[in-house]
Amino acid sequence: MSEISIKGRARILGDDINTDYIISSRRKRDSLDPQVLRDYLLEAVDPEFAASVEPGDLLVAGKNFGCGSAMEVAVTVVLGAGIHAVLANSFSRTYFRNAINNGLLPVVCNTGQIEEGDALSIRLGAQFDVRNETKDQNLTADPLSPIVRSIVMAGGLVPCFREHGGFPTL
Amino acid sequence: MVEQLTFNQWVAGSIPAGLTIIFIYNNDLWAKNTIPMPLTLPRKTIAEKILSAKSDGDARAGDVVVCTLDHLMATDGSMPMTIDYFERMGGSEIANPERIVVALDHYSPAPNRQTATLHDQIRAFSGPRNITVYNVGDGIGHQLALETGRALPGSLIIGADSHTVTCGGLNAFATGVGSSDLAAAMISGEIWLRVPETIHVTLSGTLKDKVHTKDVALTLVGKLGADGAAYQALEFDGPAVPGMTIDDRALLANLSVEMGAKCGIFPADEVTFSYLEGRSADRGEPTGADSDANYSRHVTLDLSSITPQIAMPHRVDNVVPITEAGDVPIHMVYIGTCAGGRTSDLHEALEILRTGAGIAPGTQAIFTPASRGILKEVSSDGSLAEFIGMGGIVQSAGCGSCCGTCGAIPGDGVNVISTANRNFKGRMGNANSFIYLASPASCAAAALHGRITDPRSIAQ
Repeated sequence: MSEISIKGRARILGDDINTDYIISSRRKRDSLDPQVLRDYLLEAVDPEFAASVEPGDLLVAGKNFGCGSAMEVAVTVVLGAGIHAVLANSFSRTYFRNAINNGLLPVVCNTGQIEEGDALSIRLGAQFDVRNETKDQNLTADPLSPIVRSIVMAGGLVPCFREHGGFPTL
Repeated sequence: MVEQLTFNQWVAGSIPAGLTIIFIYNNDLWAKNTIPMPLTLPRKTIAEKILSAKSDGDARAGDVVVCTLDHLMATDGSMPMTIDYFERMGGSEIANPERIVVALDHYSPAPNRQTATLHDQIRAFSGPRNITVYNVGDGIGHQLALETGRALPGSLIIGADSHTVTCGGLNAFATGVGSSDLAAAMISGEIWLRVPETIHVTLSGTLKDKVHTKDVALTLVGKLGADGAAYQALEFDGPAVPGMTIDDRALLANLSVEMGAKCGIFPADEVTFSYLEGRSADRGEPTGADSDANYSRHVTLDLSSITPQIAMPHRVDNVVPITEAGDVPIHMVYIGTCAGGRTSDLHEALEILRTGAGIAPGTQAIFTPASRGILKEVSSDGSLAEFIGMGGIVQSAGCGSCCGTCGAIPGDGVNVISTANRNFKGRMGNANSFIYLASPASCAAAALHGRITDPRSIAQ
C-alpha cells in the first residue's frame, strides 16, 4: 500500500478514555467477536453511542486515548463498528501499538477545534495530511516513526508477518 | 548513506558523532561539517542499559530497537486473541517456549461456559507446544513471575496484560503489550521497542504509622496524572529504597502504568537477592543507572510527609487526602488484585480490623489473594481464619473482582473501597457503582466503620 485515504464524520470524546470505557472487560466474558462487542462500544461513556455509530465514522478524542488495560478488543471493537481511524491529542502506548498492529490508524494531532459531526479527511502517503473539511482547516499530524509507518502501510502486523516472516526491516 | 534529518533532531543532538553533515540551503551547498566525537558519551538510565543489553547495541532514549525477550506472559484474557493472531500470522514454531507462560487468572474460576471454553482452547494450544500454563487458582501471572524467579534483575519481560510492569520491582524492564505483539514475539522471540525517556523518582524518609506504600503510589499518581509518565520509564531510587520490601516495590511498579509509564524499575540490592533466594539460582544481570544518567524529569517524595490518600471515582489520578473524602458510606471492601492482594496487605488490614468489632454490619469485606502461595501463607499463619471469623469473604486466587471478569460484582449505587489499581466507571462489572482506591489500612478502617475513615483515627 502506498497511500491510505480515510474520510469520515467526527465523533467527539473526552480526555483519558480508558479501554474499559471503549469496551467493558466484563463483556469479554461472553464474546470476543467484534461484531457482537460493537453493540457495547463506549457504553460506559454513553449507552446510546454504539447505536449512533455509522460505518466510516471517526473517533476524535482528547489526551491519553486508550489508557488502562492493554486488551486488544478495545481496538478490534472500534474496527468492528466500521471506524478506521482515531484522532487524539495523545494515545496510551499500548493502544497506539494495538491500533497500528490491527490497521486502525491512530492520528496524533491537536483535536481541540474539531466539533461533533465535522467532516474530516486523512491522507497518509509521502505526507501525513489531516483536514477538517467542515472548518476548512489543515491539522498537523505527528509523523509516524519508520517502523510504525512500515507496519501501517503493510496493513497491520498480521500481513506484515505473512509478507516478511517478521518485523519490517528498516 | 544520505539521510534527511530535521532541525529538531539536529538541535536535540540525536545525530551520531563522526557523521559528516552537509547543509543544503536553496539547493546550494551551504556548509559541510563533521560532528565531533564527544570525549564521553552521555551516561545511561536503567531502561537504556537493559535495552542496550537486549538489543546488542547502544540504546538511547528515542531510539527504536529490536530486543530479544527473556520472558513472555499471557493471561486467559489475552491468550485467546494471541492464538488467533499467531495462526493468522502464519506462526508454526514457537521461539523459546520455555520462556512463555500463560496464567489463567482473569477467569479464576471461569464464571460461565464461554470462558471455560477459552481455558480449554489455551490448554490445547499450549500443552503440545511446551508452554507453561498456570492453572485456575494459581494466581496472577505477573505475581507468579515474581514468586517463581522468572522475573530477574536486568531481564526484559513483556506480558499481554498492562500490569506486567509489576515485575519492575525486581529490577526487570517489564512492559504490557497487546495480543498481537505477544503473538509476534512468540514467533520471533523479539519485540521492537522505542527506548523510553526516564523520570527519576527519589524516595526518602520513613512512612508514618498506618501510612502504606499504596499512599505513596497514589500520591505519585495524583502528582503526575493519568498520562504524566506516558511513554516513559519511572526509575525509583533514593535512601528509602533499601528499606522497601519486594511487596512495596512491586506495588509502586504496578501503579506506574496508571501514569501511562512503559515500565517502573527499581534497582537490584540485598532485598532483591534475598527475595530471589530459593526462587532462582540465577541472579540475572543486576542493572543500575549511571550516576550522571540523562533523565527527563526528577520527582522527589519524602515518605515521612505522606498521609493516607484516596482516589475518588472514577479516575485513578483523582487523588485527595482521605481526610477530604467526605462522609461516604461503604458497602463493599475489597482487598485483592496485583496491587493489594499480598500477605502483607491482609496483615495490615487485620491490624486495623482487630482493634474493633470486625467488619461493620451491612458491609461486605472480600479478600482475593494474588496467588496460591499467598493463600497458603495466610492460611498457615492464621490470618485467613481470623478474617473469615470476622465475617470476611475469601475468593479464589487471581484477578478476582478487579475488572468484573469473575468474583463478586458490586450492585447499583454501591460504594466500594478497594486496594486495586483502577477505579474506572464499570471497572468491577457495574457502571452504577462507585470505586474508591486506598491502602489496605484505609480499606480496613472503612470495613470497621462502614464508611470512609482515616486509619490514623483508629486507636490501637
